Parts: sequence; structure tokens; C-alpha cells
Amino acid sequence: MRHHRLVSALLVLILLAGAAMPAAAAWEPTKPIEFVVPAGTGGGADQMARLIAGISDKHKLSPRPLIVVNKAGGAGAEGFLDVKGKKGDAHTIIITLSNLFTTPLHTGVPFSWKDLTPVARLALDQFILWVNAETPYMTAKDYIAAVKENAGKPSQKKMGGTGSAQEDQIITIQIQQAIDGTKFTYVPFKGGGEVCVNLVGKHVDSTVNNPIECASHWKAKRVRPLAVFDTERIPVAEWKDIPTVKEALGVDIHYLMLRGIFGPPNMPKEAVDWYVGFLKKVTETPEWKKYMDEGALKPAFASGDEYAKWVEENEKLHRELMAKGGLLKK
Amino acid sequence: MRAADLATAVVLMGLGGLVMFDAVRLGYDWGSDGPKSGFFPFWLAVALVVTSGLIVVQALRRHSPQPFVSREQLRPVLAVLVPATAMVLIMEVAGLYVASALYVAFYMRWVGRHRWITIALLALGLPLATFVIFERWFLVPMPKGPLEAWLGL
Amino acid sequence: MGFENLLLGFHIAVTPFNLFVAVVGIMLGTIIGVLPGLGGANGVAILLPLTFTMPPTSAIILLTSLYWGALFGGAITSILFNIPGEPWSVATTFDGYPLARQGQGGQALTAAFTSSFVGAFFSIVLITFFAPVLAEIALKFGPPEFFAIQFLTFSSFVGLGGGNPLKSLVSILLGFILAAVGLDIVTGQLRMTFGFTELMKGFDFIIAVIGLFGVGEILLSVEEGLKFQGTSTGMNLRVVLDTWKILPRYWRTFVRGSFIGFWMGFKPGGATPASFMSYAFAKRFSRNADRFGKGELEGVVAPETAAHAAGVAAMLPMITLGIPGSPTAAVMLGGLIIWGLQPGPMLFKEKPDFVWGLIASMYTGNIIGVLMVLAFVPFFAAILRIPFAILTPLIVVVCAVGSYAVHNSMIDVWYMVIFGVVGYVFKKLDYPLAPLVLALVLGDLAENALRQSLIMSQGSLAIFFARPISGVIMAVALLFFALPVVTPWWRRFRGGSVGTPAPRET
Repeated sequence: MRHHRLVSALLVLILLAGAAMPAAAAWEPTKPIEFVVPAGTGGGADQMARLIAGISDKHKLSPRPLIVVNKAGGAGAEGFLDVKGKKGDAHTIIITLSNLFTTPLHTGVPFSWKDLTPVARLALDQFILWVNAETPYMTAKDYIAAVKENAGKPSQKKMGGTGSAQEDQIITIQIQQAIDGTKFTYVPFKGGGEVCVNLVGKHVDSTVNNPIECASHWKAKRVRPLAVFDTERIPVAEWKDIPTVKEALGVDIHYLMLRGIFGPPNMPKEAVDWYVGFLKKVTETPEWKKYMDEGALKPAFASGDEYAKWVEENEKLHRELMAKGGLLKK
Repeated sequence: MRAADLATAVVLMGLGGLVMFDAVRLGYDWGSDGPKSGFFPFWLAVALVVTSGLIVVQALRRHSPQPFVSREQLRPVLAVLVPATAMVLIMEVAGLYVASALYVAFYMRWVGRHRWITIALLALGLPLATFVIFERWFLVPMPKGPLEAWLGL
Repeated sequence: MGFENLLLGFHIAVTPFNLFVAVVGIMLGTIIGVLPGLGGANGVAILLPLTFTMPPTSAIILLTSLYWGALFGGAITSILFNIPGEPWSVATTFDGYPLARQGQGGQALTAAFTSSFVGAFFSIVLITFFAPVLAEIALKFGPPEFFAIQFLTFSSFVGLGGGNPLKSLVSILLGFILAAVGLDIVTGQLRMTFGFTELMKGFDFIIAVIGLFGVGEILLSVEEGLKFQGTSTGMNLRVVLDTWKILPRYWRTFVRGSFIGFWMGFKPGGATPASFMSYAFAKRFSRNADRFGKGELEGVVAPETAAHAAGVAAMLPMITLGIPGSPTAAVMLGGLIIWGLQPGPMLFKEKPDFVWGLIASMYTGNIIGVLMVLAFVPFFAAILRIPFAILTPLIVVVCAVGSYAVHNSMIDVWYMVIFGVVGYVFKKLDYPLAPLVLALVLGDLAENALRQSLIMSQGSLAIFFARPISGVIMAVALLFFALPVVTPWWRRFRGGSVGTPAPRET
């Protein structure tokens, strides 16, 4: 008896699956979309991916669900290689952060953005120089003076950051190269949240965290933002009093991190178009806008050639920055 | 027993050597800000080689008449291991669901000699349950093969 | 704060809807806990979309209940099949599985669930009344303190394992070496990958454990021609009541485990080392130390108490500081943002109803949880009565599915098979597996913390002793390392001072 029910259940399942086959001409996902995150759970990229999956569910933007899969191994190389291997697959996308550029450049793992199909740029993430709120450094100038004073001594100022040879260290090296006499001890941690907590706990002297990673500690008056690594101030209410590095220190150091989406190599054109439209709708929801504001992210939607060109320029920029910092694979 | 002991220790020594080789490439000394990448692997590997070496010496000195595994013991072990390996191989091409159904059916019939009806129930039920729990509830995609592609899953 | 706030919290948590949500969460969580490879993070991530339509407090209750369920459920497969469903249940296998083999699976499960509950309750009470103070202490834990804790965990195991010391050492070394494979986050270099991209992500602890313990054990038991033994007791709840009569005997272990768990749970990934440390301490102080590893109930109580205490404590940094104490908490934090809450130190002030509702739900969730799992003890124990030729392939398939699910990667399934063979061979040749697993789980964390500390101190080891907290922990750890040497001497000294005649033959 139970056996029969099982068989019929199986039949129903098959029929359902058949019915779900698309008839329309325009491409639509026909099975769940694997959304790869080349970073661990809880980080900025992971949060954004899960937010997109959530928004898609809530507003019914996609006929099939997005399944977030973390593939963080080898500084994200695991995720990128996985997507690189899925040639022509229309049901896999990957969210990128700067490790799209830094990981292959530093480790020599064979992948590049050129292996993937650019889909869309969603936003750009800011970087801010933070110190502990109990320190006497009210401005970036104060702090840099202290950095210079302690350079080369056992009390040399410690800069905390995420990983090694990634964006945080690149920015740290940029400061050292732009301002004579500055020298930091760079302490690598596993994730951005951990970095900021180590700043609150005074285990490091400063960090270059993304705004969202330190925002709540700032509200609790435990950390103090000194300068934004951008050419203009962040235009969101509570953030706009923070000066840019140029205003604060007179040198221009700017760095923005990509939050974008790529597909596997040779992703069908129709599928790319669908994802662009889908992501566009995602970025127009109130939840997305709220997240952008709270995290002081720069909305920067772009797709097609505009996106590809931007990525190409950015890879060149990373190569230059990392070459200058001695971070390229030897 | 002695032969197996020796073989294992020798394999471990080889492994240690391999690790040392890579650790040298990474730099195994103490840099200006603490140990380099290869420092710990290198010394761990050195210790592994030395310890395994001592185990070799120990094993050579001691005689144990008992064999590592007798023929009667080996048969059921291989009866589990070989089909399991085959299942993983099939998984690569046909996906997890087909492979696990075949494996369960094969083992139950060959070792357990269960009735076909029980076998069919479990061999189909287990992949189905896996599908529902992993793929539907927890949205963990499992490896799939041509069958699933044909079904459009 | 304290009581009034808690009452406010109960007001929110004890509504029919929120209680219903808790039951659903715990049920799903238990399934996650049972299935190796599925972690709390999976479940939370999947339920997250569902929570958009709920008020944030119900949403967080759903997610935390799932987490409690996973904490309870981890013990089930550890005890029944020697397969830890979750990393923090590894130490539970040491005595839980032998108990099940002796037909006492029901007792072991009851002890595990009850201990989990006790540990959780202890942590919840501490969080309720001291959360802000504790958060400040948590902040004092930087890389040096973190390393000191890892060092202490390891030292607590020294001298405990019997058998061939050379083989124990090999086992430890191998664990540390496997832990080092993959990307070194301190320098960003790839280690021991030899150009294979598959090796880049290293060896996952849980896959090693599924192979070494789960598959290895199956191979061993078929070799011995042993069938799994069902419980000797019937399918009723007598076993629960009977076990409860014995448990108060282990009150010291409960207290110790709760403390260890709570303090270790602060830091990410604290539950697993906590369970190991608690096990080691229990064995050290127990009168039945020689029965540990052969089926001693106390050996189930110790790790489970600590693991669940740590699991609850991991919520503390999340609520008070906005940093996740576990991957699951990390995903929950993502949820907070989507619900429009800003996780972090301001949450207590800005959303007291949310925070206290959550804390109150920890009480209700764990009470519901323990009652639910205990009610199923006879059922779980009866699983072992399934004929062997059915159970074996089922376990193998579950292991394969679990290994794949951890990283969605086929290579992990192969690792599982290889680790299975290694586990079988090692067990037969008397290489202990526990040190290997311990080294594998601690190796990565400990090395990172050590090197971060040394970067901070510009290469000076003094940093571990100059800071008060790490200094004390390191001193205790060194004491443990010295213990095997010191103990005989101390015994003689004490024996002499009390006036008993010293042994003449020396």
C-alpha cells in the first residue's frame, strides 16, 4: 500500500517538474539559482547575497529561489574556480568583492574576471579610517602624527584588517607610501566584524573597516571615524561630517570596493539580460535602499559594457597598487 | 600486524617529507614579526618523521603473531568499502540520488538478502527523503546527473 | 535591569504564536543537528526569507530555536552511530557510543539532553543578569588571550590518553599538519596544496570526523561481525526517569562544564574546544577516570554541558557587540539587518523589547527543546534495532550526503572515504583518533592567534605573559603540561607531610 503511494508521489513529482518547464520565449530560471559567495558566512558579501535572496523571495522577483552557497576556501578562489568550471550554466551566479582581483594576483591561482561573464555592478563599498573612541586622536592629522612618532619603535601603531594582501592591507600600504614617515604593523584578521571588535577591545590602534562593520560601535561611542577613503564625502546624513582623506591629510588616497555579480563563462545572453533586469528590480526595493543608507554604500548600478570596462580598469588599478605594495605573487 | 604497522609508519614518514619540502618553499624560519608560513608545518613534519621513525624501530623489535586482518574479517569490510567507493564514483557521473539508490539496493540484497519490496521501498525512499530534506527544505543542492536533468530538477 | 526586564521579555516570548514558532524551530533544528554536514547556519539561512513576514521578535525566536534544536540534536548520531552531527558533539562520541553499544543508548541520550539543558540554563541566567559586564570582559579577549585558551584546551589533554605515547604524538602532529593545508590567512600564501586547486580549501574538520569516526567505525564493526545492539529497555520513558536518578551524582561535572562552556563560548568557534576541555577535566577529576572512553555516563555529561553552555554564550557577543560568536550567529546577524535592526551595542537601548524577548525565549526555547527531545529518547534508541544490512548502507549514504553538503563539493566525499579507511587502519594499529581531531580543530585557530599575537608584539613571546588574562591562562596551561612530571613528586611530598610513612622501597 505504502509502496503504491510512493510511486504515485514520484509520478506527481515528475509531472510537476515537467509542468514547470518554460513555454515563453524570454529566458527565465527553471530551477533554483545557485548564488555563490566567495567568502565566509556573516561578512559583507555574504550579507548582501542573503539580502538579495531575501528580497527576491519577499517581492517575488524570481520564479525560482536563490540558494546562497558559501565557497570561501583559498581567499575565495574556491568559489571563483567553481563558477569558472560551469561553462554556459545559466543557473549560477557569484557575488564578488575585491578578492576577484587580489586573490589571483597574490596567490597565482588561475582565474580572472575575464573567465566570467560580467552581469551587473550593484554598489561600491566605502572605507573609513577608525580609531578607538577613548584615544585622544580627534582628527586624522593627530593620529598620523602619532603614527609617525611611534614608527619603528616597539610601540609602532597597529592597523587591523581583513586577510592578507587584500583591500585593507592595500589601503594601509597606500597610506604608508603617500605620507612620509608613517609605518604601521599590519595585523590580519579573518573577517571585518572581528577587526572592529579588536579595535573596540584596543588590541589594535586603528582599522580601515567598511562603514557597516563599525557602524553600531560608532553609535555606541566606542570607535571614532577619522576620514573616508574617497574623493567626496558620504552623502548620507549621519556620515557626511566625516572628512575625506584629502581634506583631512592633504593627500589623495581613495579606494572603493566592488560589490558586483558575475556569471559563469559563456552565460547565455538571454540569461544575462534576465539577471540584469532582476537585479535592477532588487536595487529598487525599499529594503535595498535602507541597507545602502545604513551601510553607507554607494549605489552604483551598472551593467553591460559600462560594467565590463569599469572592471577592467579596476583590475589594472589593483595590479598597480599591489605591485607598488610588493603584494604580487613572486 | 607488524607489516601494517611498518607500512603505516613509512607512509607517514613520506607524508612528513612531502610537507617539509613545501615548508622550505614557504620559508620555515622565524621572521621579523613571528614565524613565517612554513615554520609550523616544517617543524611538525620534522617531528612526524622522527616519531614515525621511532615507531618503525619499535615495530621491528617487536614480533606480533597476530595478523592485521584475517581473511574472514576482511571480507565484510570490503563488502562495505568497495560498494561505497563505487557509489562515490557513480555519484560523479549520475549524481547522488541514483548512486545512493543503487548502493542501498545492492547492499541490502547482496549482504542482507532482504525482500525486493523492502529494498525498493528503501532504495527509492532514501533518495526521495534526501531530496525533500536537503534540496527542498534546506536548499542544499546535491550533485545531479542525466536523470535529474531529464526530469528538469 | 534584571527581573523587570526579564518579565517584560516573558510577556513577549510566551504568546501562543511565539511558542508555536519555537516548537517549529526546535524540530527543524533537531533535524539539522542529526544530519552531519547541515549546520545551524544552513537552517537559519533557509528560514530567513520566511521571517520577513513576521515581527522581528518572532523571527529571532524562530531562528534561535532552530539553533537550540541543532545543539540538542548533535548528540543523537554521536551516541547512536559514532557520527557527530555537529563539531561540538565529537567528544560526546567518546563515551556515548560505547554506551550505546552496550545497550545503554537511552541512558546516554537522556544524559546528553539533560546536560545540554543544564549547561544552557546556566549560560542563560548569566546572560540575563550580567550581559553588559560580560560583554566588556569579552572585549578584553584579543589574539593573545585566544591563543592562551587554545593552548589551555590542548594542555588539558596532555597525559590523559593511555596507550603508545609515540602513536598519540603522531596523531597530534598529523592533525596539526592537516589543519595547516590551504590558505594561510596571515600571509595569504597557499600551503601544501602542491598546485592542486582541490586542496586549497584545506581539510574540513567535520568531514574528517565523519570519515574517521563514522565510516571508520562501520568498517570496524562489520569486521568484528558485531551487530548494533538495540536498547535492553523497552520503548518507554522509564529510561529517562531512571537516568535522572543517577545524574545528580555528577553535579561537579555539570558545574565545571557550564563554567568552561560559558567562558569559551564568547569567542567564535568556542563550543568545540569547550566540549573537549570539559571532557578532559572531567576525566582528570573523576574517580572513574579509567572507565572514560569505555562507556562512562560522566563522559557524556561533561562535553554536552559545556557545548550547550558555549552555544548559548555565543549569543552574548551577538546581542551586546554585534559580532557573531558562531557561523549561525553570523547568519542571524544578517537577518537583523534585513528586519531593519542594527546589530551591536545599541540594541539593548534602542530595542529592549526585542532583546529581552529574545533572552526570555532562550528560557522557553530550551525548556521546550529538552522536553521534546527527551520524549523521543525511546524512539531514537530503537533506531539501533533496524537490521544491520539496512542500517549500514543508510549510514554510509547519510555520511556521503553530509560530507557533500558541508561545502557542496564532490572532493569532500572522496576525503570522507579516505578518512574512513585511515580511521579503520589507525584504530586497528592503536593510533588514537581523538588527539588528531582535536589538533585538526584547534590547529588553524591556534596558529592564527599565535601569529597575530606575535605580529602585534613584533615577534616577542612575552606578549602572552605580559597581559593579565592571557598570562593567567598560560600559567594554568603550563601547569597542566608539567602535571605528569610534577604529580608523583607532589604525592610523595604530601604523603610525607601528613605523616604517613613514605614508601620504603624508594
